[in-house]
Amino acid sequence: MSWTNNQMADEIIALFPKGSSVNLGIGIPTLIADRITPDMEIMIHSENGVLGVDGRPSAKTVSATLINAGKETISVRPGCSFFDSATSFGMIRGGHIDFCVLGGMEVDGQRNLANWMIPGKKVTGMGGAMDLVHGAKTVIVMMAHKNKEGSSKLLKECTLPLTGMNVVDLVITELGIFKPQNGNFTIKKLAPGISKEQLSNQAELFQK
Amino acid sequence: MKKSKIYPDALTALSDFKSNMSLMSGGFGLCGIAENCIDALAQMDVTNLTVISNNIGNSGRGLVKILIQHKIKKAFCSYVGGNPDLEKQMMEKKIDVELVPQGTFAERIRAGGMGIRAFYTPTGYGTLVAEGKEVKNFDRPCILETALTADYAIIKAQKADPYGNLWFKETARNFSPLMAMAAKVTVVEVEELVNLGDIPPEDVHLPGLFVQKIFLGKNYKNEIEILKLKEKANELDK
Repeated sequence: MSWTNNQMADEIIALFPKGSSVNLGIGIPTLIADRITPDMEIMIHSENGVLGVDGRPSAKTVSATLINAGKETISVRPGCSFFDSATSFGMIRGGHIDFCVLGGMEVDGQRNLANWMIPGKKVTGMGGAMDLVHGAKTVIVMMAHKNKEGSSKLLKECTLPLTGMNVVDLVITELGIFKPQNGNFTIKKLAPGISKEQLSNQAELFQK
Repeated sequence: MKKSKIYPDALTALSDFKSNMSLMSGGFGLCGIAENCIDALAQMDVTNLTVISNNIGNSGRGLVKILIQHKIKKAFCSYVGGNPDLEKQMMEKKIDVELVPQGTFAERIRAGGMGIRAFYTPTGYGTLVAEGKEVKNFDRPCILETALTADYAIIKAQKADPYGNLWFKETARNFSPLMAMAAKVTVVEVEELVNLGDIPPEDVHLPGLFVQKIFLGKNYKNEIEILKLKEKANELDK
């Protein structure tokens, strides 16, 4: 059975040593913020200028000027700080953030990531993703395993314009955890009951 | 006697802003945008603008007000998701948009204010962003990015004193202090105009040296784009 989004979030949280600094991208990665407890001593960074993000605010504490990079309302925890965008991206680009978790459209075995545009169809812009993939010490992509047509988004070679070349350390989907290297994906873990054959019609791309 | 920096409203503060000028506009999405200045620009007869702003408004609001009036000729931004009007104008090639990685965007503006002409960064190497740019190998390949400056910046702060010392609330700071440093004329609108000394010197987020015009704003909406509440957790879990 494939993992739920919350289970995927928990699999990622289990990778963070106590005291890590973590940047969370837009979309399902933001679920992670709600599931990190204070005893983990993890500082969540959001590139719009906050270190020390907590989960969602309550209706009583919600503030229009307190948001994450996905423009969602947030709360903060003791020890939090606010700063301008250059300082915020200095944390990223200067190599001071331990982990980033971002969404993806395609990842390939050469550690390439595409997640910012589909030529002729859709342009969202790269936001902070191109900075994050070069700056964070460990780059994790959290995404649905398959696209709307049902084909795998983990590929031999990305077809969409890249966000970063040779940058992805780990991919987590509802089917498992995979490490891209040397053109293939090493299977680090599979969700319960998932077999290698369910991962792609190019099964040879995945190795134990 | 030195002229006061304090103006009565946005239209007066922006009276020297003209067509063909470049404009930096602070804010992340709708958080911390200069609402009064944007409304004034929507009323003013200005066109052919170059606008430097992270999102160019969102969901029909903020700078989208002047975008749909076709006042923007060229835009520099990092993220257009959630801004269907801009995405449409881009697809129809009605506007020239340069998408810039957000950290490079912030750093180009910071460089503009700091007198740095250009810098090398690995961000964007091997992507469409690197096209036509000089590449130099340091510990890894980097591309040359140039500074951004502007004729005007419009920003919003929570508090200003008459010298223009600013204090920003929570995450509303984002690009605004950088833009104030990179523009020739910075217009600041605030929710609170306080006396000199009311902002403790240690707590000044942007020194007033970078601010030319200030006015007390009104009718703030401070809109929330995506309301997430503890009471509604688990809605994303499938």
